[in-house]
Amino acid sequence: MNVKSFVKKYTMVIALVAVFILFGLLTHGRLLYPQNMSNLMLQNSYVLVLACGMLLCILTGGNIDLSVGSTVCLVGALAAQLMDKSGMNAILVIFICLMVGAVIGGWQGFWIGYVHIPPFICTLSGMFLFRGLGRVILKSKTVPVKDKTFLNIFASYVQIPGLDDNKIKWSALIIGIVIALIILITVFTGRAKRARKGYAVGPLGSELLKKVIIAALVVFYSWKLANYKGIPVMLIWVLAVVFIYAFITSKTALGRYFYAVGGNEKATKLSGIDTRKVYFLAYLSMSFLAGLSGLLMAARIASVNGDTGNAFEMDAIGSCFIGGASAYGGSGTVAGICIGAIFLGVINQGMSIIGLDNNWQYIVKGAVLLVAVIFDVVSNHKTGKA
Amino acid sequence: MADHILVMKNITKEFPGVKALDNVNLEVERGEIHALVGENGAGKSTLMNVLSGTYPYGSYTGDIIYNGEVCHFNTLRDSEKLGIVIIHQELALIPELSIGENMFLGNERKGRFGIDWDRTYHEARTHMDQVGLKESEHTMIKDIGTGKQQLVEIAKALSKNVKLLILDEPTSSLNEEDSRMLLDLLLSFKKQGMTSIIISHKLNEIAYVADRITVVRDGSTIETIDNHDRTVDEDRIIRGMVGRELSDRFPAREHNVSKEIGLEVKNWTVHHPVYTEKIVDDNVSFKVHKGEIVGFSGLQGAGRTELAMSIFGHSYGTGISGQLFINGKEVKLTNERKAIEAGLAYVTEDRKGNGLILPQTIAVNNTMARLDKVCNNGIIDTVKENLVAEEYRDRLKTKTPSVQQAAGNLSGGNQQKVLLSKWMFADADVLILDEPTRGIDVGAKYEIYCIMNDLVAQGKSVIMISSEMPEILGMCDRVYVMNEGKIVAEMDIADASQEKIMAAILKSEKKEEEKQV
Repeated sequence: MNVKSFVKKYTMVIALVAVFILFGLLTHGRLLYPQNMSNLMLQNSYVLVLACGMLLCILTGGNIDLSVGSTVCLVGALAAQLMDKSGMNAILVIFICLMVGAVIGGWQGFWIGYVHIPPFICTLSGMFLFRGLGRVILKSKTVPVKDKTFLNIFASYVQIPGLDDNKIKWSALIIGIVIALIILITVFTGRAKRARKGYAVGPLGSELLKKVIIAALVVFYSWKLANYKGIPVMLIWVLAVVFIYAFITSKTALGRYFYAVGGNEKATKLSGIDTRKVYFLAYLSMSFLAGLSGLLMAARIASVNGDTGNAFEMDAIGSCFIGGASAYGGSGTVAGICIGAIFLGVINQGMSIIGLDNNWQYIVKGAVLLVAVIFDVVSNHKTGKA
Repeated sequence: MADHILVMKNITKEFPGVKALDNVNLEVERGEIHALVGENGAGKSTLMNVLSGTYPYGSYTGDIIYNGEVCHFNTLRDSEKLGIVIIHQELALIPELSIGENMFLGNERKGRFGIDWDRTYHEARTHMDQVGLKESEHTMIKDIGTGKQQLVEIAKALSKNVKLLILDEPTSSLNEEDSRMLLDLLLSFKKQGMTSIIISHKLNEIAYVADRITVVRDGSTIETIDNHDRTVDEDRIIRGMVGRELSDRFPAREHNVSKEIGLEVKNWTVHHPVYTEKIVDDNVSFKVHKGEIVGFSGLQGAGRTELAMSIFGHSYGTGISGQLFINGKEVKLTNERKAIEAGLAYVTEDRKGNGLILPQTIAVNNTMARLDKVCNNGIIDTVKENLVAEEYRDRLKTKTPSVQQAAGNLSGGNQQKVLLSKWMFADADVLILDEPTRGIDVGAKYEIYCIMNDLVAQGKSVIMISSEMPEILGMCDRVYVMNEGKIVAEMDIADASQEKIMAAILKSEKKEEEKQV
């Protein structure tokens, strides 16, 4: 691979490394403090979760879901009220809340998929509707979240007695190293499997190099976590969602359908695929994840108010487009949008540490989004012509 | 010496990695109709884009000499100013605007304040009369057919004071009647002194209309054939295009039609999806045997595509009634999935719009209709998928370096092969091919015909909808003629001829008229 195609393929990774180094320098290394590294993930957990759902919507043809932030608020409000007022069991609350998220998704998915209401309008209505309902449930107050079980499930840290009693949480490092080893081993087992079946096997060098870098980053990050409070449970939730969605989009027939609908809906329909169901599922999953995010947020902030989740949809949409999803649908990967989300996260975190105020953060975010999309459009245009 | 309106000298145009044009020379005499022919990808369109300024001066080497002067066109507008107007294969009209508005789009007739609509529509009327278009100038583009849209494009060119008119595949989506009208229009313009360049795959039309024919092959001009006395025949042109003699345009086949019936349709009636009282297909009954190619001939708008799509899982129309039998068993195919599972395939006439996912790879397109065949529990075996795609690439001789290539990067003929691969992979027993060779070159057409022969040799049934009568006559065992939603004739191929098919259509039209009187 020559330099040019390398740069093209890994543009966002390079950009991420660049902003990381930039803010590392601007903050005099404070960005790399264990606490900040840990918070980097936690503060962006909701963005990562929502971006996964948003990717499916965007894949179907650049469609977005504007109601996400309001759904976060509604579900968070429901969880807080159920636990605060009626003292319901936390597990039951979680179950009910996730179901409510799914029902909201079913509601929107039905109108968009089966009645062909334009997604923009349908979810704009949802944005008002669910925000209003959330505030009604909250009775316009801030409701605290105090349930121990609930907080443990979402906002605690992995603590293994004997390992994590001291300042350094060894469990984090051990788990990190195990994951790194698994990543490296799968390189060889995967190649062996392919070779055994008689399939072509690519060059070892570049594949190994890539995986070694990823493994090293995992170990590095787990060392940072070990130096703070250990592995946050929230990180496990986020990684689970990311892996499930990465798997669905890249490996399954269902995932393929989202790309197909975005690429050419008519051709997809004539291939015997129920395109209405594809839309339905995209919005169903989106609101389900918004519900999950509502729970994560309620636990992380430990309270819910009428403005919870405000403009979350914009962060999710921004991550997708920065991460290379096409604004016209049909292309984009979970790995890409994760990089997009972390990219936004690093900028946010970096600017907060430096002490730039919120207003400037908006300006920078806006500029970054525009540049990313311009770059995407221009580079695709060029290759499209050749 | 002849009076040349245009001379293109040593034109060379390179794209990254490909030399699209290599030292091309083209001379066009004033007042002639000059045809450019060549296989897909030979460089005809590229050459015209160089001429019109779509590829600006400097992006190619060589000279364009127009009216004796060397020209440097940087945009389309530069060339239009001098009266060079190009009409592309895909018409550039806006459906929601009127004919008049479209004609002066980007070239508005301005009054003191804004657009002078009276003048716009008056001039539109004048030019529409010149091309013989009997529609109101206020009619929306979406309400007129492709044939008339093509006339609007020509009227639009006239409004730009055209001296040299370039038509890229003007008749590719027209039926024979409309095509003939268009060609005669060109001939009448010629009498008035206009020069035209026409690009077309339809060689009979070229032989009919062109004074001189330049053959382009692999980015170079091979020869210019004189046709002033209209003596050049299609075989002569084909020889130049492919560089060899194509002895037969249709591959020979043993006619092994089985007694068994693959598909039978009885009393099939389909209504229009929007204007639900309008009947599109009226009480149609037909059957296809195993090992048989059945042709559906007719004019555009005869209801053939609509018939095919409504059979294929009700993908067109409402109020569908009638019976379907596949292998003798009655089936109810209420959606596309059921149709595919019943062994039916519909290979669309619109491969870009309805057939392929252009940004996706060949491999993805190949398995689209039956993804489950390369899946284990819903998980795609991508390696297997690639092997499948490679197998079909080799079988159908699709020209591509890799099956990871996006389908949109392929030429028309190769896209058609990918589309066929997709439906062959779907294990269809009855394949409905809708205009399978539209817009693809002679060599690729021949290969598509071979594939069709292979399919029937395997005992499959093939229905071919085609507006090209030679193709119907050359390939089919039997032919149905449709007109205005009805089957008006059925002929064995031994008895069929172009004249008989046309006669059947015309006779049925007369009957309709008598009924109305």
